[in-house]
Amino acid sequence: MKVALEDLYQQLIMDHGRRPRNFRVLQDATHHLEGYNPLCGDRFTVYLKIADGRVADVSFQGSGCAISTASASLMTEAVKGKTEDEVEKLFEAFHAVVTGKRAPDAASLGKLAAFAGVAAYPVRVKCATLPWHTLKGALAGSKQPVSTE
Amino acid sequence: MSATRTATVNTSRGNALDVARVRADFPALHQQVNGRPLVYLDNAATTQKPQAVLDALLGFYSRDCANVHRGVHALSQRATDAYEGARETVARFLNARPREIVFTRGTTEAINLVAYSYGSRLSPGDEILITELEHHSNIVPWQMLAERTGARLRVAPINDRGEIILEEFQRLLGPRTRIVAVAHVSNALGTVNPVEEICRLAHTYGARVLVDGAQAVPHLAVDVRALDCDFYAFSGHKIYGPTGIGVLFGRWELLEAMPPYQGGGDMIRSVTFEKTLYNDPPYRFEAGTPHIAGAIGLAAAIEYVTRLGLEEIRRHEQQLLQAATRALEEIPGVRIVGTAAHKAAVVSFVLDGVHPHDVATVLDHEGVAVRAGHHCAQPLMERFGLPATTRASFALYNTLEEVDALARAVRRARELFD
Ligand SMILES: Cc1ncc(COP(=O)(O)O)c(C=O)c1O
Repeated sequence: MKVALEDLYQQLIMDHGRRPRNFRVLQDATHHLEGYNPLCGDRFTVYLKIADGRVADVSFQGSGCAISTASASLMTEAVKGKTEDEVEKLFEAFHAVVTGKRAPDAASLGKLAAFAGVAAYPVRVKCATLPWHTLKGALAGSKQPVSTE
Repeated sequence: MSATRTATVNTSRGNALDVARVRADFPALHQQVNGRPLVYLDNAATTQKPQAVLDALLGFYSRDCANVHRGVHALSQRATDAYEGARETVARFLNARPREIVFTRGTTEAINLVAYSYGSRLSPGDEILITELEHHSNIVPWQMLAERTGARLRVAPINDRGEIILEEFQRLLGPRTRIVAVAHVSNALGTVNPVEEICRLAHTYGARVLVDGAQAVPHLAVDVRALDCDFYAFSGHKIYGPTGIGVLFGRWELLEAMPPYQGGGDMIRSVTFEKTLYNDPPYRFEAGTPHIAGAIGLAAAIEYVTRLGLEEIRRHEQQLLQAATRALEEIPGVRIVGTAAHKAAVVSFVLDGVHPHDVATVLDHEGVAVRAGHHCAQPLMERFGLPATTRASFALYNTLEEVDALARAVRRARELFD
């Protein structure tokens, strides 16, 4: 099966890969953690400000490929204002879609549905999920950098 | 059919390589990937195998399969002859003696063997000297040795072109330097290091030199006597042979004085519960049933490249290297990493604003197989301030048309991300 490259590199992903949103250090972060993919060198730090059990603010910094950068950027947009439970559910839904276990569902995923094309590129799944694993580790209060390997 | 295939390899010495004929020897090259003809440019990771190697493996398993050095029956004799014959082939290939050739799982195991066995004589304050461009497998075993013995690991720097700075290297040598470990050819940059000069310098301080030849043997003729190295390691799978088999050459006087690396069958002369007498090299270092088929396959691979002629291979690959360098340099935003004066056919590059991983995905889409990442040389990547590069590495069966396909695919990546 030949998948078009454009299915992977959708406009939304290209846009966020080039101009990531919330790309800064969060000065008053309550949580932060580094995530690293030793195979390709992607390295991000995710910053979180949790207030009243919700994500009051979130940002990230670092460098990586278009997929991981866009994923981090869209993730920060998606989780802002959500409770930790909601974030967890969103990650589960996102993970199921990028690993091809579930069809994308715009109603529950919103813009994150753009990553459905990743499922056709198994080696790129880690790029898409690295920011999320890092976010999860930060929420859990981990101090150990997250690694994909 | 396979027999005629192996018979049709180009035997014309001194002439240019007949690439079309050579390609017919490699079944794996003739396939489509993502709807395009495969352009395999990940040869530094591993090479495809010629029919002659596949035939040798199948021949062993379908006719001569038996254990070596133990049976008195016919098949065991044939297996032993073939296995020891493979050792002789490797010895001729490196200009060594058969008893100086130890079969290992690969380069990594060969280096670990030396670090463990020869390294056991190091003491606190001794020094091990490596360089900035080494593969992890020529870094980590020495770090482990340093940790075990209290020896100190020192690192000779490279310049911006990716060449070892010989003056700095020389400055780091001293009376405490016991081991120098250096790649013959860099897998990430393609640099061919001045190994002969390095051996000469190291020997003036009485240090022993291990050369990591993983990326050298497929591309240039290696003569361990001319290099005057003490150990030389390489992997079968990078020179068109099977995975899981590799070679350690060690100077006889050194091997003879070295303790075993692993214990087991075949490496002993006699065993009682009180005392075990070890066998002589190379068997002392080959505990357990070896990769018999692998050694036989490796010998077939060596015979294959020898028949084509390493000089012819080198000339052909240099053409590819020049063409690829030129074609990539013409693409705006491309920067080649590793511009040594003396290079093997490896081109590492970065494309402005496009991550190497994305470049590799686009290339794969066009049927072009390359590697993106740190190439198991993280300290080297750090030296260049890069998280990763895209690497195209060439072999004897690659063509100028494939260089064009590479350049086209890189242009496509540039357009897509523009
Ligand atoms: C320069 C160099 N040294 C060592 C190795 C390790 O070889 P192997 O994995 O076959 O043991 C490689 C292969 O990647 C290499 O390129």
